[in-house]
Amino acid sequence: MNIVEIKQGRLIDPKHNIDAIQDIYISNGRIAGIGNAPDGFAADQVIDATGLVVCPGLVDVSARLREPGNEYKATLKSELHAAVAGGITSLACPPDTDPVLDESGLVEMLKHRAEQLHLSNVYPLGALTRQLAGKQLTEMNELTDAGCVGFTQADQAIVDTQVLWRAMQYAATFGFTVWLRPQEPYLSQSGVAHDGEVAARLGLKTIPVAAETLALATIIHIARETGARVHLCRLSSAEGVTMVREAKQKGLKISCDVSANHLHLTEHDIGFFDTNCHLRPPLRSQRDRDALRQGLADGTIDLVCSDHAPVDEDAKLMPFAEAEAGATGLELLLPLTLKWAEEQKVPLAEALTRITSVPAASLGISQGHLGLDAQADVCIFDPQQYWKVKAANLLSQGKNTPFNGLELAGKVRYTLVNGQIAYSG
Amino acid sequence: MHNPQLTKDGKLKHLLTTEGLPRAILNQILDTAESFVGVAEREVKKVPLLRGKTVCNIFFENSTRTRTTFEIAAKRLSADVITLNVGTSSQSKGETILDTVDNLTAMHADMFVVRHAESGAAHFIAQHVAPHIHVINAGDGRHAHPTQGLLDVFTIRRYKPEMHNLRVALVGDVLHSRVARSEIHALTTLGIPEVRVIAPKTLLPQHVEKLGVQVYHDMNEGLKDVDVIMMLRLQNERMNGALLPSAQEYFKCYGLTQEKLALAKPDAIVMHPGPMNRGVEIDSAVADGKQSVILPQVTYGIAVRMAVMSILAGNSE
Amino acid sequence: MTLNPQLPNAEDLLLILEQKLAPFIQPKTAIVGIHSGGAWIAERLFPSLQQSHPDYSLVLGMLDSSFYRDDYNQRGLHAETRPSQIPFDVEEQHIILLDDVFYTGRTIRAAMNELFDYGRPASISLAVLVDRGGRELPICPQVAALELEIPPQQKLQLSRDENNQLQFTLEAHA
Repeated sequence: MNIVEIKQGRLIDPKHNIDAIQDIYISNGRIAGIGNAPDGFAADQVIDATGLVVCPGLVDVSARLREPGNEYKATLKSELHAAVAGGITSLACPPDTDPVLDESGLVEMLKHRAEQLHLSNVYPLGALTRQLAGKQLTEMNELTDAGCVGFTQADQAIVDTQVLWRAMQYAATFGFTVWLRPQEPYLSQSGVAHDGEVAARLGLKTIPVAAETLALATIIHIARETGARVHLCRLSSAEGVTMVREAKQKGLKISCDVSANHLHLTEHDIGFFDTNCHLRPPLRSQRDRDALRQGLADGTIDLVCSDHAPVDEDAKLMPFAEAEAGATGLELLLPLTLKWAEEQKVPLAEALTRITSVPAASLGISQGHLGLDAQADVCIFDPQQYWKVKAANLLSQGKNTPFNGLELAGKVRYTLVNGQIAYSG
Repeated sequence: MHNPQLTKDGKLKHLLTTEGLPRAILNQILDTAESFVGVAEREVKKVPLLRGKTVCNIFFENSTRTRTTFEIAAKRLSADVITLNVGTSSQSKGETILDTVDNLTAMHADMFVVRHAESGAAHFIAQHVAPHIHVINAGDGRHAHPTQGLLDVFTIRRYKPEMHNLRVALVGDVLHSRVARSEIHALTTLGIPEVRVIAPKTLLPQHVEKLGVQVYHDMNEGLKDVDVIMMLRLQNERMNGALLPSAQEYFKCYGLTQEKLALAKPDAIVMHPGPMNRGVEIDSAVADGKQSVILPQVTYGIAVRMAVMSILAGNSE
Repeated sequence: MTLNPQLPNAEDLLLILEQKLAPFIQPKTAIVGIHSGGAWIAERLFPSLQQSHPDYSLVLGMLDSSFYRDDYNQRGLHAETRPSQIPFDVEEQHIILLDDVFYTGRTIRAAMNELFDYGRPASISLAVLVDRGGRELPICPQVAALELEIPPQQKLQLSRDENNQLQFTLEAHA
């Protein structure tokens, strides 16, 4: 095991209210000391972090790794390399793979294969219903034992509200968290864009805001009735933010997230049918984006995720509606979050909670902080260094990003997972 | 944002939509079309402009009418014309589109006339063709059908040359209509002071007013004092369902009859992009009446398409 | 643009052209001006030609040969095309083509090609205000009011003012 000393960095550990120049001492994959070296500590590796920020490794609640089944889009190996390049040391992956993650054997295999790579920690979200078909519940206890940290339908809505009700009742019985993306299936049927000015101009089929708010109302009501712990995925609208704010004020235990894409882009970024901006949920109006940014700042929205979805080139080389939805995101989560914080005037330490301690808590995992004896998952980045997003330079196999060509601040220099340097750049 | 239809020095390279086209280019197309109207009346209806050039009509969605008018236009410009019916787009994936396009490029095509069921297909093809090839959008999904929009504007200009005094009403299914979108952009760019849309809410896009039009749901109000009435086609499959209860009720509320036509200015013209559903959108007496310019629209369609093709083919980078 | 004092007076040339044209007028003659300068000249000359030959039933036409030009592949379609107007049967007509300046002959070739798409004329003659030299095709005017060598880098341009008066200017070639 490596014994590592990280010297002279600006240590930001939001969970423990630390924001100071302090050295960190790591041994046996754990945090062995902060500020003062433990007795007899002799580092065999010293990282000079002068001018850099040292923070807990990032936690991403939604990254599609495309394994099993879609290895032509991405592989575990390519995407976990991308994750550590983005400073992400723990991530949750949704179950919409092929086959769907609805059996414990599949989950175990995925966990095992990921562990072999010694890159980011992978925490699968299991399917809430078999085949994500919205009819029959999965074996949630089995899946939890195999390593699932929650249950979700990914992008497939449960059409039958009775099934949804029972799935949430059942999950509540055992205290499992249910991750749901609010989208009413009929109103969003075959839609690809926000029901706004751009869709009116370009003649694209639409997904109205009501598709989100109607589903939100349903989920919020059932959560209240069943006592299920719910995490709402990928809010996209101002009205949605308002509804979540009200539900939280009334004491409902829900959490929610937004994708980093939706903090920065609007329907207008579609331009002349840019398929890189074909995202799910759709990019909405500027008013919606502003509400999402504000909601993330005031804590209505708990956290931000990459919503990483690598898509092969051919699947994007199509007319807008036929192109596959999604954007690559692992390597952009940190800089896009920093950009939001800067523009929204959110202090750095506060901003980092949204991608470290808060998502860790939502997933119910022990990472996301640098307390004594914590797993030594560390991200060291230069907050001032600008770099230009170039699709070809991304480590992810998915090169599909609406941010291609943009200059962003915040470059990851080192990522440590379990005390080992998993990335340096 | 760079307009993908224009060359770096601002000349028309592809015709994908009327949106964002400078007024000068719209006028150039209309003026050139004026010259081609005369060509069609001559002994020899051909000019040698596109001699030696190959125009490919690629139709991913069938349309006999539009395809024919493009064929005639290309042939009257002395181009060689190949027509490819690729069939329905539900089967054709993006790869197939590009494969088709690449194959035709390898056969030394100079111009593609493209129709596809998905909005944005023509932009997509224009983005990926070899630099010497020009693309004309012959209809993509609900997005645009610029030559139809232009021929409608050309027809208006011929009958109502004082365009900056006009009130134009579009009646019917704007939501699904690429023709309506192309007309609206062309009309607003050319400075038509008042463009109205008249339709039930189920047949209008949510933010249609952002396109620069005034919205009416009552035909009796919307037709008052207009100079031009443009009827839009209602597809059969949309007549009975959740958009509309029946063709009969639609005709009752939004069909153009002599009585409703009387609300417009006495010299108002009536247009329809065809094919018409008589008794659904329009009464036969109106369609065949003296205020109808539906057949001249077809004639002018060829001149406008000749104008577009000859302007594009001459603008190489 | 430079105004050259030695430039010919277009109005004077117009009178000379009218006189020189007289022997070419016969029954079934059509005066056809080429856009834009030739069309102006045709408009000016036609009434008096008609007056002096009342029995010949002269006719007037205008040609814009943009669709027949041989530089289309290099330069594209001219930004301003105007409809050709040939409101008579070309078949068996004696046609006098009018243009302002004769240079390479290419415009005339284009115009003749266009004329033949209207029908088969009995004859075509060409009359111009100025033959500036520089012929590139075996075409030359039967009538020129003036012959004047102009170097190839310059362009002799006819313009018309608000009083319908014609004048020549010399411009650098684009």
